Amino acid sequence: MTLNVIWVVVDRTGDKVATVSLELLSKARQLATTVEAVTWGDPSQIAEVVGAHGAQTMHSVGDLGGGLPGPAVGAAIADQVRSGSSPDAIFIPQTYNGRDIAGRLSARLDRPVLTNIVDVEESGSGLITEHAIFGGTEVLRASFTAAGPGLFVIRAKSFAAEPGTDGAATTDNWNVPDLASTGAAKIISSHVEESEGPKLDEAPVVVSGGRGLGDAASYQLIENVAKLLKGAAGASRAIVDAGWVPYSHQVGQTGKTVKPTVYIACGISGATQHMVGMKNSKNIIAINKDQEAPIFSIADLGIVGDVKKVLPQLIEALEKRN
Amino acid sequence: MCSMKVVVCVKQIPDPAGNLRLDQASHNLVREGKLILDESDSYGVEMGLQLAEQAGGGEVTLVSMAPNSETSGLRTALAMGAANAILVSDPALGGTDALGTAKILAAAIKRAEPDLILAATESSDGYTGTVPVQVAELLGLPSVTFSKKVTVAGDKVIVERQTELGYDEVEVGLPALVTVTAGVVEPRYPSFKGIMAAKSKPVEELSVADLGLDTSEVGTAGSRQQVVSVVPAEARSAGEIVTDDGEGFQHILAYLERIKVI
Repeated sequence: MTLNVIWVVVDRTGDKVATVSLELLSKARQLATTVEAVTWGDPSQIAEVVGAHGAQTMHSVGDLGGGLPGPAVGAAIADQVRSGSSPDAIFIPQTYNGRDIAGRLSARLDRPVLTNIVDVEESGSGLITEHAIFGGTEVLRASFTAAGPGLFVIRAKSFAAEPGTDGAATTDNWNVPDLASTGAAKIISSHVEESEGPKLDEAPVVVSGGRGLGDAASYQLIENVAKLLKGAAGASRAIVDAGWVPYSHQVGQTGKTVKPTVYIACGISGATQHMVGMKNSKNIIAINKDQEAPIFSIADLGIVGDVKKVLPQLIEALEKRN
Repeated sequence: MCSMKVVVCVKQIPDPAGNLRLDQASHNLVREGKLILDESDSYGVEMGLQLAEQAGGGEVTLVSMAPNSETSGLRTALAMGAANAILVSDPALGGTDALGTAKILAAAIKRAEPDLILAATESSDGYTGTVPVQVAELLGLPSVTFSKKVTVAGDKVIVERQTELGYDEVEVGLPALVTVTAGVVEPRYPSFKGIMAAKSKPVEELSVADLGLDTSEVGTAGSRQQVVSVVPAEARSAGEIVTDDGEGFQHILAYLERIKVI
């Protein structure tokens, strides 16, 4: 092991631990002798799963009182680092909250931050990070050059979440210093958007639509194929920006990273922004009118054709089989 | 609020449709040729213009950082309706990392004394995605990221913030920083009149020293991270390509059967 201590920020989705945090804990366990988790809210609910994934201890900044996690968690970690109990590295998941925490922490500590990390490896006494750039066609490797703990913001699906046999993490509380106006944003209400079927980033089959669908109404074709294959429906940024489907369906750099058994890209040309979020799918099928579309360069099966003709035929055939 | 001062952070980037590449020696993104307004920022500009209108008056000031006094992207945003711009341009800025960028932007924004600061969630070229929150922390301001709707209510804003499960309604008093997701509003096309007016709108150009910052904090010197190497990714080879002749769906079915999905 190269490192002594790694802290991992544990993000929470509702009452549960965000899966990406378990992925980071599993990786941290391979790299460091001691892994400590940092979270907010009631830590007792998640101490078991966090412990099983490698953290011996879990620190919580406590109830946020409606505030967002970014300022409170960032300030609490910064205080701990300054008081001398600094780890060798801090792993932060690239989630909505994780990015807020990283930004706050970086500015408070005057420490740089590396984001969009897809892999880390040991090198000498430190870590080298990997980043997929230009739509994943090139791999950039980077490292920190200054002393002190590096802030590593890591994308989902970079590592496997592997529970071990360790028991629950011991929990304690970390004090949050006075946040002054940085902590002034308050959540008034939370809204859950119900979606049918499996979650986009967990589904074994993902069917995504892009501009080639022609209009918003044709997205129904994507939803039908997804449903018939018991998969989830995704989208390119282009049609999310156009308002055809909600942002929660977006696959790509700004949206979700997916790694399904099979990814079916329908009417998606394959902008770098999109490819980075799906190129590690086990199998890729693409349907596109344009033979020159970049998506065909990574597809295992490419159909040069109109999605509005191919998909209805596919739906009919799948319905007959069911 | 009867007059609202909005700062929108904008980035001028190489056209993403063109050939993006890294300089072989410095590993910095090559920024030669004409830079354009990052499309992600056009949403913030539009949002800023709409909120100033909703507030019953006010104006939008652009804040940007670029190495070569570049203003072509700023002119696009000025043509949309922004009133003026602050451009920090200095030869010392090449290779500046995210935190260095945030220090520059924070110092420039301070001069404009805004009620609200808007930014995109991330740029389309570097997409580090931490600069806006770093700016908020440096200015001691609250922030709400990943907004899909922003409404002004007196001296507060109500924001719908994207979450993993849906969205949260978040309330924050001004001044504050808000980042907006793409597609949140429909950016207007600059009118001919707007384009003509933009040519004479004020762009204040400042150097690092003008902002009271030390050049050792920015540029490659201030960046405490380094690129170790850039190599081509393990290529994923193209598979079978067939042209649909009415039977294309059969190939998909056969493939799905082979991998036992159906």
